[in-house]
Amino acid sequence: MLNLHGFGDQLLQGASITIQLALCSLLVGLVLGLLGASAKLSGIKPLQWIANFYTTIIRGVPELLTVLIIYFGATTVLMSIASVFGYDEYIEIGPFAAGVTALGLTFGAYATEVFRGALQAIPKGQHEAATALGMHPRRKFFRIILPQVWRIALPGIGNLFLVLLKDTALVSVVGLEDIMRKANVAVSNTKEPFLFYLVAAFMYLALTIVSMIVVHYLEKRASRGISRG
Amino acid sequence: MELDFSVVIEYLPRLLSGTWMTIKLVLLSIVLGAIVALPLALARISKNPLISGLPFAYIFFFRGTPLLVQIFLVYYGASQFEVVRESFMWPVLREPFWCAIIAFTLNTSAYTAEIFRGAIQAIPEGEVEACKVIGMTKTQMYRRILLPRAFGIVLPAYGNEIILMLKASALASTITLLDLTGMARTIIARTYTPIEIFLAAGAIYLLISMVVIYIFRLVEKRQNRYLGTQSIKVPDKG
Repeated sequence: MLNLHGFGDQLLQGASITIQLALCSLLVGLVLGLLGASAKLSGIKPLQWIANFYTTIIRGVPELLTVLIIYFGATTVLMSIASVFGYDEYIEIGPFAAGVTALGLTFGAYATEVFRGALQAIPKGQHEAATALGMHPRRKFFRIILPQVWRIALPGIGNLFLVLLKDTALVSVVGLEDIMRKANVAVSNTKEPFLFYLVAAFMYLALTIVSMIVVHYLEKRASRGISRG
Repeated sequence: MELDFSVVIEYLPRLLSGTWMTIKLVLLSIVLGAIVALPLALARISKNPLISGLPFAYIFFFRGTPLLVQIFLVYYGASQFEVVRESFMWPVLREPFWCAIIAFTLNTSAYTAEIFRGAIQAIPEGEVEACKVIGMTKTQMYRRILLPRAFGIVLPAYGNEIILMLKASALASTITLLDLTGMARTIIARTYTPIEIFLAAGAIYLLISMVVIYIFRLVEKRQNRYLGTQSIKVPDKG
């Protein structure tokens, strides 16, 4: 039987942190993705420039570097902003907040492209019909457009979530107590690197499988109004 | 906030030597990864579950776990076993460079195999039938028709994989390698200028990925030239 030298609980705690990090980044990323896609399709040039700049930079820079820049750079940036308002105390952002920011930004950049494609795939008639019914633009977006965008975007978003889940491991580099970090601690105590990294790998694999099942279920649910001919 | 970009100029030679390391890592693992990926993809297509089962498990494992875990498994994990430490492989597995290459190769081969499989399966059934009708052997069919065709189909996705590999190569810095990210981190440990140096490193990564994108556009145009204008046309969304 597998002997984890009592580090099993620690690893499970790490898994809980990993899941929290993934879900928080997902939320941030989804919002950024929708905003990014709306900006790209807005037809307003400055907004399009900002969105293009954002997606090009984030998608061309390694995720690890994004995590490092945010973790080590955010302190400097935040303190200089705060000093403008007369606040001179030391500000530090923790690994979790830095992780959510970095992974959320990364997810958002890729999600922008997914949502953009999905938004463009909604037939013009749907917009026209909603407007003809006298719907307010905001209501039209949330009731008519978004549910359909969701259905089309789900497979892409699901894949991005699987990538995000694996990227959470990078935040252990700046000290977040996730699965990876807990495995590192266990390794330095027990001198059994292969065992613990393999266990960590299978924990990530299990999370991946669970996510795949959830995405599959969501996809089924989102397309319940669609009949497949 | 005062940014002093003169440190970037001062340390540019070291950043460039880190860049060279990154390029070496990416090129070697991409080439080795493609060599491993081809048989994997071919086996994965097989209808016999005994042949397709193992590549399926391999691909699933390497795509379903973080690359960071895989690197640590190779670099730290392998040394747990005395057998490994006493084997002829030890001089290789002791070196962080080769551990990174091994981990990257295993990882990218899993992704590349799926890309290859998709490309081979995207070839219309009619072309396979045509090969059979004119009496080609299986080897001839793959060598003359299917693989060259798949090469053209594979290019855009393969270009993306190289860029993902480029970004993933930053993880080599976690096992003490001085690639672009690793070099940036050592410079910062000395100068305490994280924003300037990391931004410079980010700009270099961005530049490399743009070069990769440009090269792939050229190759794609050439490879798919027989399609005429079709290859240039971007498919409509929606």
